[in-house]
Amino acid sequence: MTVDDRFTEDFRVARKDGRPSGTRNEIVTGPVSDWATDFSHLEPEWAADPYPIQDDLRRRCPIARTERFGGGWLPTRYEDVAAIAYDTERFSSRSIIMSNFRPPREIAPIGTAPPISSDPPFHQHARRLLLPAFTKTAVSRLEPATRAYCHALIDALDGQDVVDAARDYAQHIPVRVIADLLGLPKEEGPRFREFVESTLEGVNLPPDERLARMDRLFDYLLAQIRDHVESPRDDLTTYLLNAELGGRRLDPSHVAGTMALLLIAGIDTTWSAIGASLWHLAGTPADRERLVAERGLLPTAMEEFLRAYAPVTMARLVKEDMHWQGVDMKAEDWVLLSFPAANRDPAQFDRADEVLIDREVNRHAAFGLGVHRCVGSHLARMELRVALEVWLERIPVFTLADPDAVTWAAGQVRGPRTLPVRVG
Amino acid sequence: MKVQIDAGRCQGHGRCYDLAPGLFGDDDEGFGKVLGDGAVPPEEEQEARRAAANCPERAIRLAEGA
Repeated sequence: MTVDDRFTEDFRVARKDGRPSGTRNEIVTGPVSDWATDFSHLEPEWAADPYPIQDDLRRRCPIARTERFGGGWLPTRYEDVAAIAYDTERFSSRSIIMSNFRPPREIAPIGTAPPISSDPPFHQHARRLLLPAFTKTAVSRLEPATRAYCHALIDALDGQDVVDAARDYAQHIPVRVIADLLGLPKEEGPRFREFVESTLEGVNLPPDERLARMDRLFDYLLAQIRDHVESPRDDLTTYLLNAELGGRRLDPSHVAGTMALLLIAGIDTTWSAIGASLWHLAGTPADRERLVAERGLLPTAMEEFLRAYAPVTMARLVKEDMHWQGVDMKAEDWVLLSFPAANRDPAQFDRADEVLIDREVNRHAAFGLGVHRCVGSHLARMELRVALEVWLERIPVFTLADPDAVTWAAGQVRGPRTLPVRVG
Repeated sequence: MKVQIDAGRCQGHGRCYDLAPGLFGDDDEGFGKVLGDGAVPPEEEQEARRAAANCPERAIRLAEGA
């Protein structure tokens, strides 16, 4: 076997003049004047409660526009969100975080974090590398350790009347699961949290600051990759290092990009789903009592939490100028692909604005639709189910300690970040 | 009743094998597959309907009377 010399240089060397090529636009922040013409998912009003805004837009637009982020669109009907998710010909995944920077077109079809940032036909190959590791059967092997860890987290809350269900419980679960999966050190939650916040919530930071934060993430990944090159082990990082596409080992940027994807997308999302579910139950005693009494209802209730509080919004870039569903889209316009808005469309769901924990028919799009269906959906469902089972078993009675103290993450992944609940 | 999966639509969400594990399983990449010949015993018809009604990609076909 030849020496793996793919990771001798750091990832910054690949950049020409110290900055990535691509297009930057003026950063616009501050209160939104009209959500139909000036929307921003980074503003506090959206983070606190986006659903009335989305419902209003769905009735009167239904595709909103913004000149922020260099221009973009926000479809709010299920039908439009689905059509875009399925249309990889006209909507590119070259960048899936709506920001003030568009990476150069040449980066397609691979993108910076394959396969989520990839377009066909490359996408399918990068995705198939990952699928076997994320089947329901494969992730079920992680369930006993996940359950034991959830119990340990609850043990650590012992003796407190008020606990933070987001900070002290929900966030730690995916951090541990992803660290185990990638073979990263276990106790790096604060560092991972910083990476997640930088990537998803730091969208409106000055470009150089955003770049510096991305460098910290990729420097960290490079150190972990080099450690795995030195001492291979049975984890996804070593798997990616050994993986081949078309008879060639993966480009260094592909290995690191996929690791970044799993780290960022695997943590914030599940943390948000667990937190939002506990927030609902803390604030809705009837649902909490029913779930405690009817344990078998949890899988159905969980799908309803995923529908009603879908954490993830994606983004696409329009490939060419076109007239689409009544609006004039220009090449390089963003499209904010709101699965949360789709999931509350009354044309698709009966009583769409109500949370019905026994909803039998629930064709929600929380994990996306089409070829980019969340590769970690089986893992996320396992974590969410186990996290809720253990919490309800150990802490069957809990209420919101201070509803006004609950805070929600802004940006494309939404979930509670502070969630004080009174126990007992 | 018989169940079928449209492989061109299935993306591996796994709702079918979650909801009707007697009728559906997964392959090595997590895509759904019909177990056996897809014939649905009468006592599993409700599960078959539930799986079809919850597939986000609308990839499951129910052939009534088959």
